[in-house]
Amino acid sequence: MGITLGNFIAKKTADLMNEADAIVLGQCLTAVGWVAGTVPSWVNKKNIIELSMADVANGGIAVGAALNQNKPVIYVVRYQGFLWYNAISIVNYAAKSKEMFDIGCPLLVRAIAMEGAIGPVAGNSQHSLVLRMPGINVFEPMTVNEWEFSWDYHQSQRDLPTIIFEHRLSYNNEEEFSNILRDKSRLTIVSISAARLAMVESTQKLDAENYQCDYFHLFKLSPLVWPEDLINSVKETKKLLILDSDYDDFGIAESLAFKFSKLVECETFVMGLKRKSAGFSRITDNLTPNADMIVSKVKEILG
Amino acid sequence: MNTEKIFASNMLKIYEKMFFCREFELKVVEAHKSGQINIPIYLSIGQESIPSTISTFFDTGIPIFAQHRAHSYFLSFGGDPMHLVGELKSSTNIWSKGSGGSASISSKSIQMFGHSGLMGDQVPIAVGYCLSTNSPVLSVVGDASLEEDYVISAFMYAISKNLPFLFICEDNNLSILTPKIDRRNWEFTPVVKAMGGLAFDVDDNPASIWESLSQWEKDRPMFINIRTNRHYWHAGSGEDAKPAEDRLKLFRNYVETIYDLRDIEAIEKKAIMNVGSLWE
Repeated sequence: MGITLGNFIAKKTADLMNEADAIVLGQCLTAVGWVAGTVPSWVNKKNIIELSMADVANGGIAVGAALNQNKPVIYVVRYQGFLWYNAISIVNYAAKSKEMFDIGCPLLVRAIAMEGAIGPVAGNSQHSLVLRMPGINVFEPMTVNEWEFSWDYHQSQRDLPTIIFEHRLSYNNEEEFSNILRDKSRLTIVSISAARLAMVESTQKLDAENYQCDYFHLFKLSPLVWPEDLINSVKETKKLLILDSDYDDFGIAESLAFKFSKLVECETFVMGLKRKSAGFSRITDNLTPNADMIVSKVKEILG
Repeated sequence: MNTEKIFASNMLKIYEKMFFCREFELKVVEAHKSGQINIPIYLSIGQESIPSTISTFFDTGIPIFAQHRAHSYFLSFGGDPMHLVGELKSSTNIWSKGSGGSASISSKSIQMFGHSGLMGDQVPIAVGYCLSTNSPVLSVVGDASLEEDYVISAFMYAISKNLPFLFICEDNNLSILTPKIDRRNWEFTPVVKAMGGLAFDVDDNPASIWESLSQWEKDRPMFINIRTNRHYWHAGSGEDAKPAEDRLKLFRNYVETIYDLRDIEAIEKKAIMNVGSLWE
């Protein structure tokens, strides 16, 4: 048995605290659950810094702590929806500090998405919120290797802040995902965040119905490098579907589709959250597209 | 040596900084009016006594997180005046290529961090820096930025954690042109005291500022609201209504009672010459 992503994040954090004197800042980190078990409960508590409930100030405090550059600083934002408060200093100061003031701000932000009966703010992914801002690295790991890559990348260049957009749906995941390329595919599907888990599930269903598609997992969003085999795939299929767990309208999915269409002439489609608020009840909720919804979308595209 | 004697021995140095800052800013006014400067400028004329006194008090330096209207902090703490001229003139010959302008100036050599432009966001950032370094940090706001929610909550967090955080409010009573009385019915000093913090409310006489700073043992945050007079507009080179008093002139009169006039005049002459050479 491998290690789950949630347990890996906790273990990696503990190692960073013990070996590099890393500090972890956030709200209610030591409360019941320890942020879904991703903050280590077994380490020296002096490196876990509980902030007040003032979200807007807390983002700035985390940025200031990272400006010191003498130790890794990890800032946990419990719900991605809370970034509407917390992102202020991250995107307006940390992301600009090197360019404007020649002082790097190597802050690592873990922004965690959740969904399902959790309401209009906590119940959404919000990665589109910050991706448009320059000066920030953005990763969306759903696996252990991807999270480790994200951390290593962050460590390898010490000037810019990094936001790791996590999703609670992935915390129990032990698998690594590979892109799937088929002969005579008619559609290329690229998926981001928790929509990747649904895409994996949809693969078997689409195979069973003989819908030949290529499947790509995208977790490095900024800096964005299109994989060569993705480019080649779309050159063949001429059709690109982007799946996301954020809103597709005016979000990452549409932005990526537009960018890609400039690269390779193709028809583009997007699928993400509906353009509505997420209520608490099942009927009013707004969730990442599931496997059945993806299958329907593919059928709609391919006829 | 007691506080008064220490202050007396530093008065000339404080005056020298105040005068230099005034001369510098008056040249900025000229350059702005003549079109040499084409960016928004935020002048510290009338408020020079505050950074001049604080920088003299912390003569070995302290990390600074200020915002716009901070030319005098940059200069008083030893920032390169030529660099500031370059910022104001949008020079491509300086490392920042003029990106800091007037409002977002910074200097690694004096540990002055830049400002994003969001009023007051330097306070939570400074609190975080202080939390991480656990050594004294200075953050400066105006009376308008003090009203930003993150300013108050960040400072309260500093109080909760007993951080060595020095928080200065340059209270010129104006946000653009809106006086405090139209914006709020509270003062921050009693709020800080009520939260268990150390706080003072003083005028911008260097002696008052020095006395307040002397109370700080750096074992917890301290807030000083310093009432002062802005002489020029919020932005630009236009003049506000004639201020009730000019601290530079008042302080000069006081310095004259202690120091030789020839020493004072020599300082002034040197400053005028040095500032003039910056703009040639």
